[in-house]
Amino acid sequence: MECVFGLVGSDFVIVVADASAVNSILVHKTNEDKIMKLDSHKLIAASGESGDRVQFTEFIQKNVALYHFRNGIPLTTAAAANFTRGELATALRKNPYMVNILLAGFDRETGPSLYYIDYIATLHKVDKGAFGYGSFFCLSMMDRHYHSGMSVEEAVELVDKCIMEIRSRLVVAPPNFVIKIIDRDGAREYAWRESVKDTPAAQPEGLAV
Amino acid sequence: MDLILLSRNLSLPKIMKFDTSGLESTASVFGTAGNELVDGFSAAPAFELPTTTDFDGFQKEAVQMVKPAKGTTTLAFIFKDGVIVAADSRASMGGYISSQSVKKIIEINPYMLGTMAGGAADCQFWHRNLGIKCRLHELTNKRRISVTGASKLLANILFSYRGMGLSVGTMIAGWDETGPGLYYVDSEGGRLKGTRFSVGSGSPYAYGVLDSGYRADMSIEEAAELGRRAIYHATFRDGASGGVASVYYVGPDGWKKLSGDDVSELHYKYYPVVSTEAPEPDRMVEA
Repeated sequence: MECVFGLVGSDFVIVVADASAVNSILVHKTNEDKIMKLDSHKLIAASGESGDRVQFTEFIQKNVALYHFRNGIPLTTAAAANFTRGELATALRKNPYMVNILLAGFDRETGPSLYYIDYIATLHKVDKGAFGYGSFFCLSMMDRHYHSGMSVEEAVELVDKCIMEIRSRLVVAPPNFVIKIIDRDGAREYAWRESVKDTPAAQPEGLAV
Repeated sequence: MDLILLSRNLSLPKIMKFDTSGLESTASVFGTAGNELVDGFSAAPAFELPTTTDFDGFQKEAVQMVKPAKGTTTLAFIFKDGVIVAADSRASMGGYISSQSVKKIIEINPYMLGTMAGGAADCQFWHRNLGIKCRLHELTNKRRISVTGASKLLANILFSYRGMGLSVGTMIAGWDETGPGLYYVDSEGGRLKGTRFSVGSGSPYAYGVLDSGYRADMSIEEAAELGRRAIYHATFRDGASGGVASVYYVGPDGWKKLSGDDVSELHYKYYPVVSTEAPEPDRMVEA
């Protein structure tokens, strides 16, 4: 039921993930952020088993930060993607991580890029990709409407079309989605698409998670 | 049906036979494909039954498949004044109730509570272990550990034992420098930050009552009553939950046990028996 998808535009990458944390038939929360910031210009959108997803992406995040500290320069998106794939591959025949990842990044020299990494350590550099049951609906929509060099408005319009399609056609469709974007200025949250709002508690959310 | 037709055609003496054609089901046990042509004309519109001889067993299996496995009901939620933590107290081994007085709310330290769902030994041991780690953190860092930190310690431990059969579904609730904190941690290694959680086989029932009655601006008494009521309703519907509904409150000064009520007594408190006068039986009139 988890849906993760993304596409590359003219000088940006956009990634979308659903926001439900589910256990069998029970929805624990509907505002879970599944797109983690790897560094200032990289995002990792992951779907899969709850423990694996958080632990593995945090592991990658800390190792990317370690490289930056040790060497003074950040990893390129391609290098980070290959590192991630390598870790998944090493663990595959012993203690596999059940996580599917879309790694998105913007490099000063090469521009925006998106990498498709699935749980059996497949790695592809792609223009558009999707995981989960939502992929059945998004992939063809993106194939139909995508063209290289899309503007942010066109891309968000396509993303909204995909979200509408998932909401109307997937049997247990997640109600909320988070959209994040990376461009020259860095990675940031673009918007939430919510159709179910969790009743807010009076306290603001704590800083550290 | 065929036998009666046969007798008419061959002009045999009419055999008195019960006509049971009205009781025959039009849906076949082995599959309804191909029967459409036959049934289309003679039968009333029929719906397809699942192709099984044991429908009740099939239904029971389906319910068991989706029901959360850990036989208990625990819940916790954040509201404006802090965190309410509530749980039942029944321990079951299959269909046998082994205890009605299990402490499912574990006191990790004076300002943090953990709930127990799943394996009792696993929960008790690892919560005690977490308490030790929290105390060590306090001694080495000269400050209390945050709820975020404590839940992350537990989640990392459980993740490292992933696949080895630990069964733990717990919530860590506490009050630290950033205010009230609530995390759900389980033995698959999952960790979720949230404002309302319920764990266990009775959790869907508790969620229903909790979600509909929740308001962020409740007073402590109202919040405690919501927690108590949600546990009561879950114990009413779920066989693996029962015993005593305990309610704890975690505030800026630490946790405090608010109440522990037997759920059967709560039942009669919420739904008291209303005595109805039995109507006078009609007298038999002498003919």
